Amino acid sequence: MDRRAFVQLLALPAVAARAADADARFTVEARFYEKLPYKKIKCKLCPRECVIDDRERGYCGVRENRGGTYYSLVYARVCAAHVDPIEKKPLFHFLPGSMAFSVATAGCNVNCKMCQNWDISQVRPEQVNSTYIPPKDLAALSRQNQCPSIAYTYSEPVVFSEYVLDSAAAGRAVGVKSVVISGGYIQEEPLKQLCARVDAIKIDLKAFSDKFYKEVVNGELKPVLNTLATIRKQGTWHEVVYLVIPTLNDSDEEFRGLARWIKSELGPDVPLHFSRFHPEYLLKNLPPTPLPTLERAKAICDAEGLHYVYIGNVPGHPAESTWCPQCRRVVVERAGFTVRAVHLDGGKCRFCQQVIPGIWDGARI
Amino acid sequence: MRVGPHHGITRRGLLQASLAGTFAAGAAAAEKSKVVIARDPALRGAGGSADSSRVLKMLDRAMQSFYDTDSPIDAWKKVARPGEVVGLKVNCLSGKGAATNTVLVEAICERLQQAGIPQKDIVIWDRLNSDLESAGYRVVSRPDRIRYIGNDTAGYDNELTVNGSAGSLLSNTLVHTCDAVINLPVLKDHGIVGVTLALKNLFGAIHNPNKYHTNAGDPYVADVNMFPAIRQKVRLTICDALTAQYEGGPSYMPQWSWSYNGLIVARDPVALDYTGWQILERKRAEKGMKPLRELHREPLYIATAADARHRLGTNDPNLIGVVEV
Repeated sequence: MDRRAFVQLLALPAVAARAADADARFTVEARFYEKLPYKKIKCKLCPRECVIDDRERGYCGVRENRGGTYYSLVYARVCAAHVDPIEKKPLFHFLPGSMAFSVATAGCNVNCKMCQNWDISQVRPEQVNSTYIPPKDLAALSRQNQCPSIAYTYSEPVVFSEYVLDSAAAGRAVGVKSVVISGGYIQEEPLKQLCARVDAIKIDLKAFSDKFYKEVVNGELKPVLNTLATIRKQGTWHEVVYLVIPTLNDSDEEFRGLARWIKSELGPDVPLHFSRFHPEYLLKNLPPTPLPTLERAKAICDAEGLHYVYIGNVPGHPAESTWCPQCRRVVVERAGFTVRAVHLDGGKCRFCQQVIPGIWDGARI
Repeated sequence: MRVGPHHGITRRGLLQASLAGTFAAGAAAAEKSKVVIARDPALRGAGGSADSSRVLKMLDRAMQSFYDTDSPIDAWKKVARPGEVVGLKVNCLSGKGAATNTVLVEAICERLQQAGIPQKDIVIWDRLNSDLESAGYRVVSRPDRIRYIGNDTAGYDNELTVNGSAGSLLSNTLVHTCDAVINLPVLKDHGIVGVTLALKNLFGAIHNPNKYHTNAGDPYVADVNMFPAIRQKVRLTICDALTAQYEGGPSYMPQWSWSYNGLIVARDPVALDYTGWQILERKRAEKGMKPLRELHREPLYIATAADARHRLGTNDPNLIGVVEV
């Protein structure tokens, strides 16, 4: 969507980057930090726990220490907004066929070398054009565009948590659900608050190795696994995406380890999406993921007993559809982001009445 | 190489070098990276501010020594030529107390003009307009005068520059405006990466410095300094050591600052950083503070910048020739 279409969609004035930077509306005190001596602060939002001097920002680039008080600079500071199919997130067991009003601010608390949205995730808020969309307006826009949910996505919602929390509350008040698309690098307390407010969380599990997380993501694996375990305990619907990158995270051992961990810690019913990598940002030297690699990943996870393993970014592949694990018939037929048919009754397979977990037609099954 | 309390080599280092058998023959044969340290114990007036005429004289002494000439103008003519746009990359993040001193910048501008660089071809730049102003620079942009500009106004190049672990958009001022850059860091420590001197000051040229402080900046600081625009355009570093800071940086912490009353000049940013780091470590030791290594913020990126992959300079005290004037 170009900038003109963005403005027309929102029917709100776009604010030039320079003016936006000076706009105090985007600046709110951060909710997860502690004060230290000499006007320093320690951020408590994500496991980095950045210790930040006065006038400096954290790793994410969108939170700043001003005189010993920590501020988010991206509250309601939307730099990307689209109406997307929910399948694009991807969330396959959440209101299939519906549209999500999808928004992002600048910033991210990791630096994945394969990031396809680096032009908003790896920049500071003053380096992109943004529009002020306060929580109630966001909920209203979602309804105006016939979107039953708001998706916080594209960059990293963890770094704009205050906005997500308030917008999710505003959405809930008018019957609009909220979904978070995240890398899951977040501390437990803010995560629990998110779980209480949103309806679904999709976690990008970048790999199942510490080495990858260190070298390619500049993050850590363990906190993300902890995030998934916490989300499960909190009872929030969740799905997992694994972007398969040739030579970096595509070994049988890794896929097997992943499948076993998910089955053991999250259960066999958690949807797992293997997504195809395309060269981008700092990984332009690698080829796109071959289809056989994705199919190998799926076969391994199927064999380990996971019930809902998908292949993404391969339009038309049968593994885009949802298959009943009991009778092996298609219960949600998909082609790309389009839902062609749904064969569910009250969240159960129409053919054999097997319960298919998810949030179908608004109710959690 | 001279040995003494103000130089980059310690008694332990000297002893180790001798034992290694590299001191006499090896050091004498290799061309050394020159680092000039100029100091003036009478630099400050009654009010404690640096006297502008004394700063100018000290600058002249440093430049004449570095370029081995009797004339400061001749020295500056070796830095830049008429027709080139010269950018002075100052360090203003911490505000006036720990920023590149305006008196030093004025002195440099005076000498540049005398060397044939007109005002319109001098640009004072840093990350943000607000940083420049907090440090006492007035952000103006008139076609016939010295320009002061933050990257937030100038913007960033559209193309991603990548080297090793670093991938960034570079300041338009660096890429499109300047032909030559004089790097003007401040002698101070850094709470995450150990020290912030010549190499680290170029973080002000990229759009995403926040991403490169993990692992105490290693290897990111070195990788950023490999970007072609930085390697090709930075002609000289003059480290502002009028007021130095050994703890609490980069924020200004007056309780941990002292009047070093000096300038450190080098073309080799690694040699300068190594030398400056040792000065700070000695001050820390004098004050009973732990060395940076024990605080997990030893600036390992300095060694990385000198390694075989980067070769940005030398951190070997045997190959650094420190000259005091």
